[in-house]
Amino acid sequence: MNIKGYVRTLPTVNLGSQRALSYRLHLDLPLLLMLTLLMFAGLVVLYSATGGNVEFVQRQGIRILVAFGAMFALAQFDPRTIQRWGGVAYLGGLVLLVAVLLYGTTVNGAQRWLRIPGVITFQPAEVMKLAVPAMVAWYLARNELPPRFKHLCVALLLIVVPTLLILQQPDLGTSLLIISSGVFVIFLAGMSWWYITAGLLGAAASFPLLWLFVLRDYQKQRILTMFDPEQDRLGSGWNIIQSKTAIGSGGWDGKGFMEGTQSQLDFLPESHTDFIVAVLAEEFGLLGMLLLLTLYLAISARCLMIAIGGRDTFGRLLAGGLTLVFFIYVFVNVGMVSGILPVVGVPLPLVSYGGTSIVTLMAGFGIIMSVATHKNV
Amino acid sequence: MTRHHFKDHAREQVLVFRRMLVAFSFIVVLSGILAGRLFYLQIVKHDVHVARSNNNRIALQALPPNRGLIYDSRGRLLAENLPNHRLSIVRERVTDLDATLTQLSELVELSEDDIERFRRQLTRSRRPFSPVPLKEGLSEEEIARLAANRYFLDGAMVEASLMRHYPYGEVFAHSLGYVGRINIEERRVLNESLYSGTEYIGKAGVERFYESALLGQPGSQTVEINARGRVLQVLERTLPTPGADIQLYLDIELQQVAFEAFEGRRGAAVAIDVKTGGIIAMVSSPSFDANSFVRGFSTADYAVLRDSYDKPFLDRATRGQYAPASTIKPFLGLAGLQAGTTTWDATINDPGWFRLPNDDRLYYDWTWRTRRDGHGTRVGMVQAIEESSNTYFYDLAFRTQLEALHETLDAFGFGRNTAADVHNPARGLNPSRDWKRQRHGMPWFAGDTVNLGIGQGFLLTTPLQMSIATAVIAREGEWFVPRLLKDSSDPELLAALPEVQAHIELDDPSHWGRMASAMRRVVHGPRGTARRLAVGIDYEIAGKTGTAQVFSIEDFEEFDSEQTAERLRDHAWFMGYAPYNDPQIAVAVIVENGASGGGIAGPVARKIFDHYMAQPRDEVLAFEY
Repeated sequence: MNIKGYVRTLPTVNLGSQRALSYRLHLDLPLLLMLTLLMFAGLVVLYSATGGNVEFVQRQGIRILVAFGAMFALAQFDPRTIQRWGGVAYLGGLVLLVAVLLYGTTVNGAQRWLRIPGVITFQPAEVMKLAVPAMVAWYLARNELPPRFKHLCVALLLIVVPTLLILQQPDLGTSLLIISSGVFVIFLAGMSWWYITAGLLGAAASFPLLWLFVLRDYQKQRILTMFDPEQDRLGSGWNIIQSKTAIGSGGWDGKGFMEGTQSQLDFLPESHTDFIVAVLAEEFGLLGMLLLLTLYLAISARCLMIAIGGRDTFGRLLAGGLTLVFFIYVFVNVGMVSGILPVVGVPLPLVSYGGTSIVTLMAGFGIIMSVATHKNV
Repeated sequence: MTRHHFKDHAREQVLVFRRMLVAFSFIVVLSGILAGRLFYLQIVKHDVHVARSNNNRIALQALPPNRGLIYDSRGRLLAENLPNHRLSIVRERVTDLDATLTQLSELVELSEDDIERFRRQLTRSRRPFSPVPLKEGLSEEEIARLAANRYFLDGAMVEASLMRHYPYGEVFAHSLGYVGRINIEERRVLNESLYSGTEYIGKAGVERFYESALLGQPGSQTVEINARGRVLQVLERTLPTPGADIQLYLDIELQQVAFEAFEGRRGAAVAIDVKTGGIIAMVSSPSFDANSFVRGFSTADYAVLRDSYDKPFLDRATRGQYAPASTIKPFLGLAGLQAGTTTWDATINDPGWFRLPNDDRLYYDWTWRTRRDGHGTRVGMVQAIEESSNTYFYDLAFRTQLEALHETLDAFGFGRNTAADVHNPARGLNPSRDWKRQRHGMPWFAGDTVNLGIGQGFLLTTPLQMSIATAVIAREGEWFVPRLLKDSSDPELLAALPEVQAHIELDDPSHWGRMASAMRRVVHGPRGTARRLAVGIDYEIAGKTGTAQVFSIEDFEEFDSEQTAERLRDHAWFMGYAPYNDPQIAVAVIVENGASGGGIAGPVARKIFDHYMAQPRDEVLAFEY
C-alpha cells in the first residue's frame, strides 16, 4: 500500500465539503450524528433504569445540551490556539489539584471537589483529562518524532505528576484514565516498540509492588472480588453478581424495554450511573449491545480518520489520544460491569447519568472537530 | 547518524498514520473481547443467569454476630448487649415515602432528628432492599401499635436486634469508648462481608482498639420472599460466631471513686496495678454518657457537649498533654545520680533562685511567691525532693546536660507510647536538640535545660505516661506491659500483647530505695509538699507533687492566684504509689487549673489509694475469669 501517496492526497479530500454549513460551523457531520444518536439512546435507557423517572431524564437532557455547547465552543478554536492554551490549562490544573488536596470538599470519603461557595463546585481532575494529552502532544510535537529517550522521560513526568495528585484524593478510576490519555499520545507519537514491550513487562513486574504498597484494602478487595464474586456475595461481590445476572438473563434479544426484572426490581445497584450498560443488556439483549458497541466503534473510527487527516502533528496526536481514551472508557466500563475488570468507577461515556464526564467528553469531541475543520494553512 | 535540523513532516505523518492503524486494530480487538464476553454471558450462560435472575426472589440475608462483652477485673459487665426493637423502612417497597412517614409518626413518636438521620442514610449507597433504620428502642406499646397496623404500612418493619449498653455511662466513657453507627468513611474501607448486617462499629477506647476481636463473624440465611418482599420461609442458615469477650483490669468501684473525686473539675487520673502493670482506673473529667453515641445524639445535646469550654469529649488521661512540672524531679534525680553529676551527699546553696554562669537571668524557686530565702543554705537531693526545691534541680539539670536527662526520661517512657492497648494515645514530648532544631529551627539553649529541670518548657506528658513511669519507679526500674486487657475468651489477644521493653539498670541499685524514701517524705516528712495527705492515714505513700504553669509569668512582682482568672491558674499534679514498703498501686492525677499539686491533686489520689487499700487483698486476687 502506498501510504505516502495516500497521506499526500489527504488535504484535498475535503475540499468539496468546505463550503457546507457544518464545515463553516466547524462541525463534523457524521461524528455529530453518531454522538447525538448515542446520547439519545442513553436517555432512553436512563428512563428505564430510573423506573420511568422523567425528572432524571430532563436533568440529563439539560446536561447534554450544556455538553453540546462545550463541544461547539471548543470546535471553533483553531488547534493552534488549543496548542497555545493547553500548557496554561495544564499548569492551572496542577494548581487546582493541589488546592483540592488542601481545601477540597470531601464527598463519600474522597476529597475530589473544589467548592467556590455560591459559584461552582467542580472536580479539577476533569480538566486534566483534556489538559494532560494536550500538554504531552504539545511537548512531543515540538521535537522530531519518534521521540528520543529524553523526551519520553519528560513526557512521562508530565503524566505522572497530576496522576499522583489525583491518586491522593483518592480516585483510582480517573488516575488510570489520565495515565492512558497521556500514554496513548506517546504511543501515537511513535514510541519505539522496544520501549513499549519493556514498559508492559515493567508494569507487569511492578504489580506485586503496587499490591503491597499502593493499593488500599478496599481496592484489593475489589480486584479479588472480580475473580471470585461468590466469596463476598453480601458485600462488594453483590454488584458484580447482580450485573452479570442482568446481562446474562437478557439473552439474544432482551427482556424488552422497561421489562428487565433485575433493574426494575432494584436488584441492580447504581443502575443509572456506572452500571447502566447492564440495564441495556438486560432489556435489549446481545443485539442491543452489539449495536451499542458498533456505534462506539464507528465513532472511534471516524475520530481516528479525523486525527489522521489533521493539519499538524499536534492536532493529530491530540485527536488520536482523545479518541483512544474515549474507547478505553467504553472498554473499562463494559468490562467492569460484565465482570472481566475490577470495579473502578468509570461511567459509560455519554450514556451514564452524571454531568461532569459528559461535558468533558464532549469538550474532547469539540477539540477533535476543531482538528477536523481547521485545515487551511 | 546525523539528525535533521528540520522536521521531516512527511515521515512523521507516515509514522503517526501507522500508529493510528495499530491503535484502530487495538480498538477492534478490545471490542471483540467485549463482544465475546457478552456472547458468553448472554448466549452460552443464558440459562444460568435466567435462573439466577428468577432466584432473586430467594434473598440472602446477613445474620450479624453478637458483639463480645466487656467485663471489669472482677467479672462485672461494663458493656452489654440489650434487646432492642427498631423500626426500619425498606425504601424499595414504599411507594410514597412522605405519606408513610406521616402515617408512622401517628403510631410512634418520631423526632426531627430521627427523620433527618433516616433521610441522610437513604441518600447513601447501600444494597437495594436493605432496611434503613428509622427509630431505635421502640416501647412494647409502640411495637403493638405497629403490629396492629401492619397491613397499611408497606415497607415498614420492626426488627429485633441487640443494642450496646454501658451501665456506667459516663464513668467509663473515655477508657472503654463506645460504639456508634458505621459512617461513610468507615464503610468505604472496612471489609464489607464482615460487617454485613452490622450497624455499629467501635469508635473509641477499648471498643475501638479491640474492634476486630469484639466483632465476631457474621452468619447468613437464605429466605424465600414473595413479590411484596415478605419472608415466607428460611431455607438455609449459617449461624454467626459471636465476638470474643474481653476482661479488663479496670475496676468499677475504683473507677467510680476516682471519677467522683474530681467533683466535676477538669482533670484525669490513671491508676496502675504495680504487680501486673494492668491499668485499674483511667478516668477523664468531665465526661459524657457513652450510651448517647449508641442511640444517636440529638443535634442540640451534641452541640452543648461539643461547644462546652470544659471539652468533655477530650480524653485527658490519654490525650491531655501537660508539662509534668515538679513530678518529673524524681526521674531527673535518678538521671543525675546515674550520670554521676550529683550524689546523695552533695548539697547546694539555695537562695531561692538559680543563675546560669555568664547570664543575668534569674530562675526562681516556686517559694519566691511567698518567701525570699529559698529552701536553705545546704540543700541535698532528699530535701530537694521533699520540699520540691527548684534551685536544686535547675542546678542538677544544668550540670547533667540534656542528653543524659533525655535518655533517662525516654527509658521511663516519656515522649513515647508504651501502653499496649490504649487507643490513640498522645505521645507527649521528650525534647532533644534535634527535635528543637527541626520544630523551632533553633539550637538548644542552656536555659532550655534549666527549664527542663523543673518539668517546664518543652517537656510534655500525659497522665497515662506519668502513671506508667510512676509504676516503673515503684518497681525499681523493672518494666511491664502497661495494658487494659486482663483476659479474653480469645487467647490470641493476650498473645498479641507486645514484648516487655528493656528494664532500667542503675549502676548503683541502692538509688531506687533512697529515691523511694525521699518520695515517702513528700507525704510523710515534716516539710513534705503533700504532708496534708498523711493526716489520718494507716499506710504509707511515696509520691511527688507538681504545679504546672499554664502561662509563664515573666516577673513575680504581682501574682495573686485568687485574682488570676480561673482558667489561667496552674495545673495541679500528683503522682505516687502505695504502700511505700510493698508498692501495689501507682497513681497519676492532674487537675487542670487546680493551682497546687499537694492541695488539689493529692486529695484525689488519696481517695483512690484509700479505696484500693481498703479492699480485701485476697478478694481482688481470688477472681478467676
